[in-house]
Amino acid sequence: MTKQLDAATLMDRYRLMLKIRFHEEAIKVLFKQGKIGGTTHLYIGQEAIAAGVIAQLRKDDFISSTHRGHGHMLAKGGELKPMLAEILGRAAGYCKGKGGSMHIASIQLGNLGANGIVSGGLPIAVGSGLSAQMRGTDQITVVSFSDGAANEGNTHESMNLASLWKLPVLFLFENNHYAVSTETSRSMAGSMDKRAAGYDLPFLHVDGNDLEAVHFVGKEAIAHVRSGKGPLLMQADTYRIEGHYYGDAMVYRSTEEVDAWRLKDPIARVEKILIEREIMSERDFQKVREEIQQEVDEAVAFAEASPQPETDSIFEDVYSEWQA
Amino acid sequence: MSARILTYRQAVAEAMAEEMARDERVFLMGEDVGKHGGAFAASKGLFEEFGPSRVKDTPISESVIVGAGVGAALTGMRPIVEIMYIDFIAMAMDSIVNQAAKVKYMFGGHARVPLTIRTAFGAGRGNAAQHSQSLETWLTLIPGLLVVMPATPYDAKGLLKSAIRNDNPVIVIENKLLYGDSGEVPEEDYLVPIGKAAIRREGKDVTLIATSRMCSFTKSAVEKLAQEGIDVELIDLRTLKPLDMETIAASIAKTHRVVIVNEGHTTGGFSNEISSKIMDNCFYDLDAPVIRIAAEDVPIPYNSILENEVIPAEKDIVMGVRRLMEN
Repeated sequence: MTKQLDAATLMDRYRLMLKIRFHEEAIKVLFKQGKIGGTTHLYIGQEAIAAGVIAQLRKDDFISSTHRGHGHMLAKGGELKPMLAEILGRAAGYCKGKGGSMHIASIQLGNLGANGIVSGGLPIAVGSGLSAQMRGTDQITVVSFSDGAANEGNTHESMNLASLWKLPVLFLFENNHYAVSTETSRSMAGSMDKRAAGYDLPFLHVDGNDLEAVHFVGKEAIAHVRSGKGPLLMQADTYRIEGHYYGDAMVYRSTEEVDAWRLKDPIARVEKILIEREIMSERDFQKVREEIQQEVDEAVAFAEASPQPETDSIFEDVYSEWQA
Repeated sequence: MSARILTYRQAVAEAMAEEMARDERVFLMGEDVGKHGGAFAASKGLFEEFGPSRVKDTPISESVIVGAGVGAALTGMRPIVEIMYIDFIAMAMDSIVNQAAKVKYMFGGHARVPLTIRTAFGAGRGNAAQHSQSLETWLTLIPGLLVVMPATPYDAKGLLKSAIRNDNPVIVIENKLLYGDSGEVPEEDYLVPIGKAAIRREGKDVTLIATSRMCSFTKSAVEKLAQEGIDVELIDLRTLKPLDMETIAASIAKTHRVVIVNEGHTTGGFSNEISSKIMDNCFYDLDAPVIRIAAEDVPIPYNSILENEVIPAEKDIVMGVRRLMEN
């Protein structure tokens, strides 16, 4: 029998996963209403990974996130109001409306940034790992990346250097099976465990839609990295339910395939556990869902009511001030 | 102030040593910067003085060298990273252009990137097309970066120290053929401000604007022109970004004529940006068109006769100024 989470943690993570899901669902609505520009990449279907790994981190730990990063930020302590304000491009957003969905960051919360370059976050994570090592702290950095990033040179350079210098970096491979429209079987030679072996990285593999499994494997991974033994590569297999970006016609995959993954929905799986262990009832779920929906609705209302940034702000924050 | 004679490379090493001694957050990493002392011996002695934890030899991995510099800078350190030849910066462009330069702005200002990127540029050593370029213009295109190009040992030290103390990503572009040049460097702590050009010679007939090694080419040309009765004002830009238009405009208001000398290619080179800014700011002060002297639009060839034909030479500067004075 696999290890079980205690009731309080299970309920806490369930709430977090719902928060991420409802946040993303709210974005779908705003997008359909034409209120969100550019592209937005939803984390729907992958919630158990952020809730299983990132939610366990300390406040002073770091994450280096991706373009599909809303879930990471919420799991690291991000708040709905500045998240949604940012996604709507408002001054009250985490990035004052200059970053948007793809660049949500909070150095204060330890989020070194979502990144529009799929492997762009890996070298940065190596640097924050190096910084922790040089400053003599036991902070760790978790860097998420997916199968798209796996095939960029940054990933090779970063894993090699992190392993060589024994840096406190957890490489979290969220294998969601597609790089835009190209499935892993057409983009990745070999496999991640073999790549890990090549860099001398310990490798852990987990079902990324199983919250408890992700939690306990994540716990082991975090403990390893925090102990100073060096980096580790953890693979969590999951699926990007909504396509690459919201509105993706998804001509590259079958509805049967998507439906099969819907049956493995990580939130439904947590609910099943909560029922089986008699921790929560259907009525409790309903109540929690309503509470979280209300929180999200309030955040949407806040974001929509937030002022647009001043046009003069285009010149702000290009540079930190310096004395000539 | 008491001064000694140091080489450009010694000045670079001394700047790093002083800043590392002054601030424990400062460290150096790059290819062969440690035990080897740097490909151009510009970090010689640092490994012995500060040890392997603060002078880090990296694998040949330019993207992660710069990217890790960004991550370390975001989390409390003040890294100096070295890209051995500016040509190799092509391997690190994402980390520089999409990460280092943009995170502060993209994140709404709540990030700081105190990162110094040192690199060496320039032709004249027979290093051929992939080890001889002048790619500074690429870096000046990107808001968020500061770009300096010291021409003297004094500036090599003073600008580098300013870069290390600056909270922005600063690209310090050193010149391979200047590393062995000597010049006066004070014993005392000093900084050369980023964003200020230096007037190397005052003159009334024509303004010559140059960068890095082209300044020394220009100096000998200037002496030759002086014998012909042409009094040249020589401006060493020192910083490309931000450009010191104040100094340039004041000089043009006096001379009404400009020649720009730059080792980069003619098409799209930095001399074009200077020329455009002169059109914007000084058009009515000009008595003649701006003349640009820059490298030919071809890759840098290996053979030294061919190489010298491609990059600006003293004779090009002399002829350019003469041509301008005929107007």
